[in-house]
Order: sequence, then structure tokens, then C-alpha cells
Amino acid sequence: MTALHDKRSIWMRMHLDLPLLIAILLMMAGSITVVYSASGQESAMMIRHMTRMGVAIIAMVVLAQIPPATLKRLTIPMYCVGLLMLVGVLLFGVSSKGAQRWLDLGLTRFQPSELMKLAVPMMVAWYIGRKHLPPRPLHLIFGFAIVMLPTLLIKEQPDLGTSILIASSGIFVLFLSGLSWRLISFLSAAVALAAWPFWQYGMHAYQRQRVLTFLDPESDPLGSGYHIIQSKIAIGSGGVEGKGWLQGTQSQLEFLPERHTDFIFSVLSEEFGLFGVCVLLSLYLFIIGRSLYIAVNAQDAFGKLLAGALTLTFFVYIFVNIGMVSGLLPVVGVPLPLISYGGTSMITLMAGFGIIMSIATDKRMLLK
Amino acid sequence: MLKQRPTIRDHSAEANLFARRAFVGFVFVLGLVAVLITNLYNIQVKDHQDYQTRSNDNRIKVIPIAPNRGLIYDRNGVLLAENKPVYNLEVIPEEVDNLEKSLEQVSQLITITEQEKQDFLKDIKNTRRFKSQVLKARLDEADVATFSVNQHKFPGFSIEARLARYYPFGDTLTHALGYVAKLNRKELNKLEQEGQATNYRATHDIGKLGIEKYYEQLLHGQVGSQRVEVNNRGRVIRTLSMLPPQPGSDLVLTLDIGLQQIAQHALKDMRGAVVVMDAKDGGILALYSNPSYDPNLFVHGISSKNYKALLNPDRPLINRATQGRYAPASTIKPHMAILALEENMVTEGTTMWDPGFFEIRNVEHKWRDWKRWGHGHVDVYKAIEESCDTYFYDTAYRLGITKISNFMAHFGFGDLSGIDIHEETTAILPSKEWKENRFKESWWPGDTISVGIGQGYWTATPIQIANATNILVNKGINHPPHLAQVAKKEDDVTQINNEEKPPVVLNNPDNWRIAIDAMHNTVTKVTGTAHKAFKGVNYDPAGKTGTAQVVSIAQGEKYDAESLKERQRDNAIYVGFAPYNNPQIVVSIVVENNGGGSTVGAPIARQLMDYYFAANPVELARNNTL
Repeated sequence: MTALHDKRSIWMRMHLDLPLLIAILLMMAGSITVVYSASGQESAMMIRHMTRMGVAIIAMVVLAQIPPATLKRLTIPMYCVGLLMLVGVLLFGVSSKGAQRWLDLGLTRFQPSELMKLAVPMMVAWYIGRKHLPPRPLHLIFGFAIVMLPTLLIKEQPDLGTSILIASSGIFVLFLSGLSWRLISFLSAAVALAAWPFWQYGMHAYQRQRVLTFLDPESDPLGSGYHIIQSKIAIGSGGVEGKGWLQGTQSQLEFLPERHTDFIFSVLSEEFGLFGVCVLLSLYLFIIGRSLYIAVNAQDAFGKLLAGALTLTFFVYIFVNIGMVSGLLPVVGVPLPLISYGGTSMITLMAGFGIIMSIATDKRMLLK
Repeated sequence: MLKQRPTIRDHSAEANLFARRAFVGFVFVLGLVAVLITNLYNIQVKDHQDYQTRSNDNRIKVIPIAPNRGLIYDRNGVLLAENKPVYNLEVIPEEVDNLEKSLEQVSQLITITEQEKQDFLKDIKNTRRFKSQVLKARLDEADVATFSVNQHKFPGFSIEARLARYYPFGDTLTHALGYVAKLNRKELNKLEQEGQATNYRATHDIGKLGIEKYYEQLLHGQVGSQRVEVNNRGRVIRTLSMLPPQPGSDLVLTLDIGLQQIAQHALKDMRGAVVVMDAKDGGILALYSNPSYDPNLFVHGISSKNYKALLNPDRPLINRATQGRYAPASTIKPHMAILALEENMVTEGTTMWDPGFFEIRNVEHKWRDWKRWGHGHVDVYKAIEESCDTYFYDTAYRLGITKISNFMAHFGFGDLSGIDIHEETTAILPSKEWKENRFKESWWPGDTISVGIGQGYWTATPIQIANATNILVNKGINHPPHLAQVAKKEDDVTQINNEEKPPVVLNNPDNWRIAIDAMHNTVTKVTGTAHKAFKGVNYDPAGKTGTAQVVSIAQGEKYDAESLKERQRDNAIYVGFAPYNNPQIVVSIVVENNGGGSTVGAPIARQLMDYYFAANPVELARNNTL
């Protein structure tokens, strides 16, 4: 265990996974390129975006230094504090755009649901990982409870996108822990049956409207359907090669709504075409593949389940966002991970990659 | 239960289970990515054309550009209707930070009335975003200068130039030129029916009256267009291509603005009309109706206060030259004489005794001559020179209404003169059929007697009188009256209105000479009714005076009882031409309720002729006989 072993050991000692790091940095370079175009070449916005990227990279590096064992110890306090804060948000939260998602901490606003994006998979992974895999039914029920409690609290804010992401992250832990296929089929059937009452009583009017417009966007071309139509026009008019960087008329002339945040994928598709889309998806697949590889080789069940769940949740971001802007899914406010302009969600995502790197390097150090 | 389970974990079995699940997860991810790519392939490759088109529809707008309206000149090239840039203070409200405060500050520089402010605030509510709205129209030069210096303090405010019609001669030409004003819904519907709506897409104003209306198509031009790229708020980002508009044709009129001004000056504050016609081609040299009004008031939308002022009993809105129905009175005596000669009712040498009245056997009524004691022995010359009524009572009575009516119709009475403005009336040339239709009464022989001196049921417009006289002095050749001469489009010059109407043919063409000579005598002989007015002129005029009794109301309008007295006074009429042996101009004058043709009408005709022959000295030298 002497220093100056080989090149790899430098990254090992820094607790960073080089292939993952390179892929992430490539994504960020892409993000700068696309956001620059989508922001209308606004330098102030670019400075804010790059500052947040810096903060996100720091968050990743810092979390990568925390060994999984320490994370395990932090799990219960994080989850409990998170839950309390979610209750706090519903009671004294700050509203913006019709949703109550923020806690005013004096100096800064904080969105507790971001903390829960990490705390929920950690909590479920810790709880399930303590016992044998696959988990017994009783553990599963507790596991579900751990997931559903914060999910419902967040849905009440209301923030459907985040509650879907948090629910998926917990459910992925259960899936990866070896939830029996019979149970999975049974649960899927139950969810399908529950869909009607959920539609009637579980959704807000604006959420129902989003689903309706999703089913037939042309029915309301100037109202709620406008976003989807304009987004599809942007994507479709990009063609195979795209209109070229800064040349996308849909985005540059502001026909595209939310073009630098939720609809950044449409900007990318318009300017770089199907070719650019394939490059992006390949990079995503590489990141997912690499992270799952890390998960499979993780040291203990907690690490495996946590890394695996974080990875699959990362994909949920991708699928929901791209599905939404290309008209496959209803409009749900989920950013395109690592590409969209937007602060907290990028920091949370990068913290997640920090945890994955911590898990990756922890194992290797032990092997040494 | 839980505590009884074995505590040793099978790590490799768990690792295998996890690896399998992770693999399933990855396969699932690949499957969903395939779904995404398939969908994107459909949008970006299969439906690319469709989305490409919709993308272009989004960003490309076609903006119509109004053509410049053709200019209008008088016969000497003096500009009568021009397009002047007007400067409007316009605002794009979305670009103003604090509209309330900015309006307050602007009104410290430029006077903005409360009305203008209210109108503006109303306008911006009813318009698209990022559309410029007029805050104050027609800034004067001082305001433009003041604002320009302070422009930088008012983002979103700008001074915009637009071409608007301007009539430099104001009320001098209104009834001939007419004016343009804002297109209204009715006119838009009409344009739509005519398939002209596209051509007017960018046009603000349309000809409402006179030449401006009659030649609207010629003056308007062809709309152009500009393809521009706009953003989602409709704001223009850049121009992609442009099809320039084609300006309308310029018009050269037969009018002489100098003569027109003389006409206006001569009529002063008297109600009446002047028509001066070019005897050689029917071109109208002057067409003036008094009182007149400023057409520029209408161009920018007339205020209701100004409009109400125009609805006074003097009726300035009426074009008396073409719409005023007056008894032509003695001005038609030369025509009547020709008819009598043609029908052999009289000969050049026939004389009759005028006792000062005319009577029919068994009828108590006496038709009186204007000269109480009569004209004594009267032949056809004297009858015209001294305007003897009895002579024509007698001839008309003997001719009968049908012959008179048929003959006078050849001279354009009872019909539109065809002048190229729409504001014209046929007036009334009475006939048996006309009276039966109008009053359901048959024609009495007595009705014919006053028709003989151009009164009774007979009415005519000043343009008709001018036209009828023009045919007479040209010995039957008929050049219909017209205002427009030439349409010019770049180097392309088109002659308009140069056609002749079929001539009036007499059995004995010498009868023309008799009437013309008699009209000459009217001016040259000391006993002639127009002698005094033309004393000392250096050209050779001829003419005929008329004084019409206003027994019934001349224009068929309802006047209030108080003004009836003044309105019952005689109308003065004069028709004249010069030079006698080679007529160049014909002048027709009507002055309402202001005395006789020889004292009021003839002097006005003299002023016009003096001006004309001073300006056309070539002919003057040749015809200087006095």
C-alpha cells in the first residue's frame, strides 16, 4: 500500500471512478453547449449554470470520500430528518408556481425532496440489506412503507415528477433485492386496478389535464397542448443531422417553452438531429452500464442495492424526460439529467454518483 | 420467528441473485431506450417533412407592404395631392419598464391630451403583443426634434414615419379631387367581393370622393410583401425576402389650379359653382363649388365637432357644380333658337312684336317678360342678345314639349355629363312621360311655356350647362367633360378620356352660326346683357346671361322657414365662351340667390377669362379683335 503505485491508484486514492468521471464530464461539456444555445447566449445564465456544475462536482467528490460504512450509519438520521422536513414543508413551506416545495432556512431555500432522493434508496437498501436476500414478505411490507411515506408527502406538495422518481428509487431496491416475479406480476395488476381511483381522487386537476393533453395534444394546440406540439415540431424539424448549433428556429425564436430546463432535449434534437440524440443516449447507456457494473461488484448488499437503485433511477429521469418531450408520456416536470439547466437536481444527481464512486472504490481498497 | 432463522448469509448466492436482477434491469433499460429511439426515428425521420413545414409556419410570416398612392397634378404639373410623411409617436408597451411613469415623463416634453392618452390605453388592450401603437399622431417638427433628443430616456417609444395623403390647396379643390380617408368595414366587404382584398391588406386609406374615388384602382397600386422571421411573440427578427410594392399611377388632370383659385376668389362667400371647360377637348379647367371645406380634415379622421360644422344650411358637402339642380334659365335660349330655326318655326329674318307678355287664347294667365314694357320688334338675334322672354314663350308653345325634350337631350340635359367623379345628378329635363311618372298628371300646354325660357320643371347642373354650350360652340362636335388627362406610371404614359361622343347634326348647319353670333352680340352690342361686364377686354368673348326665379326650391332641399326669404332671391347664371371665332374655353357660372346673370354671373366669367387669356397669350394675339 505504498504511494506512487500506478496511474489507477491515484484515482483510487481520490475515490473516483475514472470511466464514470470521464463520461460525466463529457455530459457536462455537452450540457454547456446546449444550454448556451437554449439560453439565447445569455452569459449571466451560463455563469450560474457553470457555477452549479462546479458545486455539483464538489458534492460528488466529497460524497465519494465517505466510506459506505459511514453512509450506512448516516442513513437513519438522514431519512428521519428528511421526513420531518417534508412534513414541515406541507405545514410552513414556501409556495411558488402553485406548489409548496421549499423550506425557507433564512439564508437559503431548501427543497427537502432532493434530500429524500438519496435518503429513500439508502434507507430501503439499508433495511433490506441487513437481512438475507431475497427479503421476506414482512420486510417487503416495511420496505414499501419506507418508500410510500415520503412519496405521498411529496405528491401532496404537489410534485408528481419527484414523487415518481423517489418511489421508483425505493421500488428498484426491492426489485434488485430479488422480489419474486410472482409478486411483481401481482403488484403490477394491482397498480393497474388502482389506476382508476387514483385518476379520480389521487390527482390534481392540472395533472389530469396534462394526461389528457398528452393523449391528444392537438385537441388544445394553444393551451396545454402547446408545449408538446412545439416540442415535437422542434424535434421533428431537426431531422437526422439537425439544424446546426445556435440555428434551431424553434428554440432561438422561443416557440419552445422551458427550453433550457425541461425541454432541453428538444433543443438538442432540433440543433443536432437524430445523430446528436444517438450520441447522447450512448453516453447515458455507458454511464448506466458502468454504474451497474460497479453495483454488481460492490462489497455488500447495501452497496449493491444502493448503487443499483441510484443507477436505475437515473434512467427513470432520462426515460420520463425524453418520453415527455417527444410525446410518449404526459408532461411531468422532470429535467434531463446532467444536461438541463437547473441547480438542485443536478447537485443531487452528482451526489448520487459520488455515492456510487464511494461504493466502487471501497471494494477495491479492501481487495488490495 | 425471525430469531430462529440461520444467521449465516450465503454471499455468493445473494451476489448471483443481484447480478441477475441487475442484468434484467439493464435489459429493461435497453428495451426502453429502443422504444425512445423508435419514437424519435418516427418523429425525426419519417415525419420530418411535416414537422419541417410546421416549424417554418411558426417562424415565417408574410407582411404586406402598402404601395405608395399615385400623385395628382394639374395640367401645368402643379402637385395637387401628395403623400407626406407624418410622424407618429408610437409605443411598444412590452418594451417599456414603467408605462405609467414614462407616459407622465413624455407628456412633459410633448403635449399629450387626456383623450389621446385614454385612446392609447384602450388600443393597447385590444392588440397583439409587441405591436407598436400610436400614442400621438401627426407630431409637428418641434415635437419630433424635442423627442428625438430625449429618445434614449424612453425605451419602447419611437417616432415612426408613415405616408399620408395631403392636399396642399385645401378647400380649393375638394369637390373635384375629393379625398381619401380610413378604409371602413363596408368598403372592405366590397373589396372582398371584387377580389381586391389582398391588394388592400396593408392599405390604410381609400378614395372616398371625387377623383380620388373615381380613379381609386389606378391610384392605389399593387401591394408588396415581405417574408420575415418572427419569434413566438410575433416580433420581427429579420427579413428573409421582399417583393416590393408597385406604386399607383400618377394622374395629370385637365384642371388649372390658377383658374381654380380665381373661381374660389370670385365666388367669395356666395353660394354657387363655377365650371370652366376646354372647348377643344372637353377637359375641365376649373370646377369649383362654394362653400367648400378642407379635405385634409377627413384624411386623419374628422372630429365630430368639425363634421357637425359642415352640416350647416349652406351645405358645403354638396358639389354644386355637378349636383346642384338649377333652372338653366335664359342660358338655354340659344339652343331653343336653334331648335326653332331647325323646325322652321322662325327664320333668321322673322320678327315678332313683344308687348311685354305672352298669353294664350281663353287663358287668363299672362306670362310676363322680364322687361315690363316689352322689347318691341324682336328677331332671333335680338331675342338672344336682350334675352327676350316673350319670343321664347311663343316659340316653345308652338314647338311643344316633345320636340324640345328630344332636342335638348342631344345636348346632355337630363342625363349625367359623364364627368369622371361619381358625385353627379341628372337633374330634370321635363317631358310628357316624365311628368306622368313623377306627378301622375298629364302635361298641360301651359307647362311648355316656361320651359321655353329654361324654367318651370326644367333643372340642370352647371356642368350640364357648360357641356350643352360647348356642343353648341363646337357646332355639334361633342367632347364630353372630364377631369383626368393622363395616367403616368414610370415612363408609361396612358391617355385617358380622349374619346368623342356622337355629334349633334343639324339639317341646316348655318343655324349654329346664328346662335353663336347672337351670343357674340350679347357681349359686343351695347344693348347686350353681358356688354357691361366685358367692356375693355382684349379677347373676343361671347355668352348668355340668365336669371332664374327661385319659385320652388332649386336643389330640392328642405330649408327652414326663416331662411326662405333670402333663399327666394334670384339665381344668377352665366354661360360664356371665347374667343368667339375659335372657341377655346367655355365658362358656366351659377350664383345662388344673388341677383342677375349680367350683374353677378358675367363679371365672374370675365375674371376667369381674363386670367385664362393672360396665361395663354398666343391665342390672344391671333384673336384680338376688340
